[in-house]
Amino acid sequence: MHATGITPPQGVWWKPAHKSEKVWATVAFAWCMVLFAMMPVWHLRGGQNPSGIRAKVDPADYQARVQEFIRDYQVGTDAGFPVVAPPPGSDVYLIGQMWSWLPVVQLEKGAEYTLHLSSLDVNHGFNLYPFNVNFQVVPGYDYGLRIVPTEAGEYGVVCNEFCGVGHHLMVGKVIVVEPGGAGGAGAGEADGAAETTGASQPAGAGVESDPQ
Amino acid sequence: MRNPFRTCPTTGLDVHKDADALIKANAVAATVALLIGGATAVLVLLTRWQAVHLLSDVWFYRILTVHGMNMLIFFILFFEMAVLYFASAVLLNSRVAAPKTGWVAFVLMLAGAAMVEWAMFTGRADVLFTSYVPLKAHWAFYLGVILFAVGAILVTAIFFATLVVAKRENTYEGSVPLVTFGAMTAAIIAAITLLHGAAIYIPTFLWSLDLMHVDPQVYRLVWWGLGHSSQQINVAAMVAIWYLLGALTVGAVVVNEKISRTAFVLYILFISMASAHHLLVDPGFGPSWKIVNTSYFMYMAVLASMLHGFTVPAGIELGMRLRGFTQGIFGWLRRAPWHDPGFSALCLSVVVFGFVGGITGVTFGTEQINIIAHNTLRIPGHFHATVVSGTAMAFMGVTYYVIPLIFRKKIAFYGMAKWQPWVFSAGMLVFSTAMTFAGTFGVPRRHWDVTFSGAPFGVEYSAAVDLLFAVMAAGGLVAAVGGAMYIVVTVWSVFFGKPLGDEMTQSALAGTVPPGLYTRPFTELPAEPAKLKEHGRLGTMPGTMILVGVFLLAFVVYYFANWKLLSAMWQIG
Ligand code: HEM
Ligand SMILES: [Cu+2]
Ligand SMILES: [Cu+2]
Repeated sequence: MHATGITPPQGVWWKPAHKSEKVWATVAFAWCMVLFAMMPVWHLRGGQNPSGIRAKVDPADYQARVQEFIRDYQVGTDAGFPVVAPPPGSDVYLIGQMWSWLPVVQLEKGAEYTLHLSSLDVNHGFNLYPFNVNFQVVPGYDYGLRIVPTEAGEYGVVCNEFCGVGHHLMVGKVIVVEPGGAGGAGAGEADGAAETTGASQPAGAGVESDPQ
Repeated sequence: MRNPFRTCPTTGLDVHKDADALIKANAVAATVALLIGGATAVLVLLTRWQAVHLLSDVWFYRILTVHGMNMLIFFILFFEMAVLYFASAVLLNSRVAAPKTGWVAFVLMLAGAAMVEWAMFTGRADVLFTSYVPLKAHWAFYLGVILFAVGAILVTAIFFATLVVAKRENTYEGSVPLVTFGAMTAAIIAAITLLHGAAIYIPTFLWSLDLMHVDPQVYRLVWWGLGHSSQQINVAAMVAIWYLLGALTVGAVVVNEKISRTAFVLYILFISMASAHHLLVDPGFGPSWKIVNTSYFMYMAVLASMLHGFTVPAGIELGMRLRGFTQGIFGWLRRAPWHDPGFSALCLSVVVFGFVGGITGVTFGTEQINIIAHNTLRIPGHFHATVVSGTAMAFMGVTYYVIPLIFRKKIAFYGMAKWQPWVFSAGMLVFSTAMTFAGTFGVPRRHWDVTFSGAPFGVEYSAAVDLLFAVMAAGGLVAAVGGAMYIVVTVWSVFFGKPLGDEMTQSALAGTVPPGLYTRPFTELPAEPAKLKEHGRLGTMPGTMILVGVFLLAFVVYYFANWKLLSAMWQIG
């Protein structure tokens, strides 16, 4: 008859499965295939994929790129951070370092951008509040994600990878404005936004600050 | 010569005295780790609950590191070492192949753990248990982990050597029992895992001494080769214990050895070696790498768990039906020994692991859905339902049998022991569910202050999150009480408990050991098993068919609800 799990089965135990076991194994296998198929299908039909443009990057080079990005498109400051409004379709650079996100970026609703993420020191985590969108930010790697903001408003960038004792202070900002409001108009909005911001200005907020 | 064996009066198995002692030592070490992990759990919990916010920022991250290391590494692995000795030497009536090496391994693990504890508590390792490079800890932290792992690899080798010895000395007839087979898969996965461990901790140790460079992304890849496959060890060990508890408590049968053993082999073949589902939103890897390495095209490890999720309850149902509990569809379940902590722990472990841990895990481990889960509270919500409500709960349940069988003691406070699985599991269920829901609002894990006071920009979560934190705290505290009950019962039984004489009469034992021990369900299949009735399409195990049907439905609903959530995000790619 049947053995229990702690008695050695005698003789040949390679026997045909029970009918209910066969039914369940078939159903479970079919479900596993659905689980698999959904991933490639979403790459073809879905709007959210973590593919991106990926490259290794020297942190110093990345920092230089961010500085250039800020120099080209800065429209104001907010809580001591430069506010940068790049034209639709351009590359947007965000840098994570202990313990701040630089710069504040201002985007247009409905336009596509390539958002680059990297770190100057340790791992950080990109979390877009109040949307729940999360990406890992790894030093030495450039993660370029094509994004299309769908709603105007102000968004927080919360660091959600432990990055040292100031981890919980690491909050950045993304502003999304209605189309056509970029350039000169954007500067005014950014200044207005400056009033709504929080308290202290973290060290390292400046572009030139030492990454270490 | 002194006989190195004693015969267990309950099961009739020959127990090698070295196995006895090694099991005891490892179980005691596991309990100490559990105690430290439990005390720190409460501190972490009361800090994350923003209304209380107990610890300072520095101490929160430090204590969180202590909690992660003690629970996930020390408690779980010491316990698994005991399981390996039990499943080889005890279940096969064999001697331990190399008891002296066993003690060397134990001392190594103890010394390694002590070094890690020292580094953590003195603030030299505020890096959390993942210690992502280039966050740096004191070299003693990495060296301690290496010593601990070397000890574990020695025990794994002793396990295999013991299997060989038992075969050669003909200590059993037929094939190894299923539980031993399951432990064997756990040990094979352990060997793979510990190789990854060596591949990452040795370079990192050298890096901590400034002797070499470690790439942060490569670290994450190889570290999760250790971190993820070690979870597969936990799953395999837990499933082996499910079969063990089924046999001990109600005499569950193995419906089909082929299916159950194949499912174990699938764990070995399809564990995600590249640990991809921790790296789904990392910059270092492309989509095809991610898709292939999470699923190997087929999700066969998920299939394996779904098979065990069927065969374990099916074995219980069939075992009960063969003993005459044939009433209706669920008569076997109603008449089951729910007051036996071994049995209730088994069922609670299966249900919470499957319905909460399993479903959330597969869903969050999907390439795109990971975008709305990575590093949020959804992740600790998920794994407190797997490794805690599943693995730890199963380990607790089996202890109620190990104490009388190996420690030869009656269970102290048996009334409390009966309630313990219920309290622990219910608390953990509430805790992990609340945490998972809080995570859907984007609340980060491993975070000291989600009011972000002092941050340059304000972020304020919805009021629902405050409520979820309160629920999480309530559930977590109840679970902590359940954990404390476990420690009180086991420590008291082991150190101050009444020794179990060789008398095994019902009257002397009722109320002091689980009923499976004196009614001996597993040796007493009725001479003429009750006639099994076919229930139409549901076959001879109709109850189990209905239970797994409900499970699949919950799975499908949760999975597609998450795709729906994802589709509401910004377009991204
Ligand atoms: C009463 C029982 C327990 C309670 C109340 C509890 C509570 C917690 C809390 C509040 C966190 C912090 C989550 C965060 O902020 O990210 C946490 C993290 C964690 N817990 Fe538990 N826990 C318990 C038992 C366990 C057990 C038994 C294990 C393992 C077997 C475990 C493993 C972990 C791990 C690995 C982490 C993650 C640490 C990290 O993110 O670095 N816990 N737990
Ligand atoms: Cu950070
Ligand atoms: Cu951080």
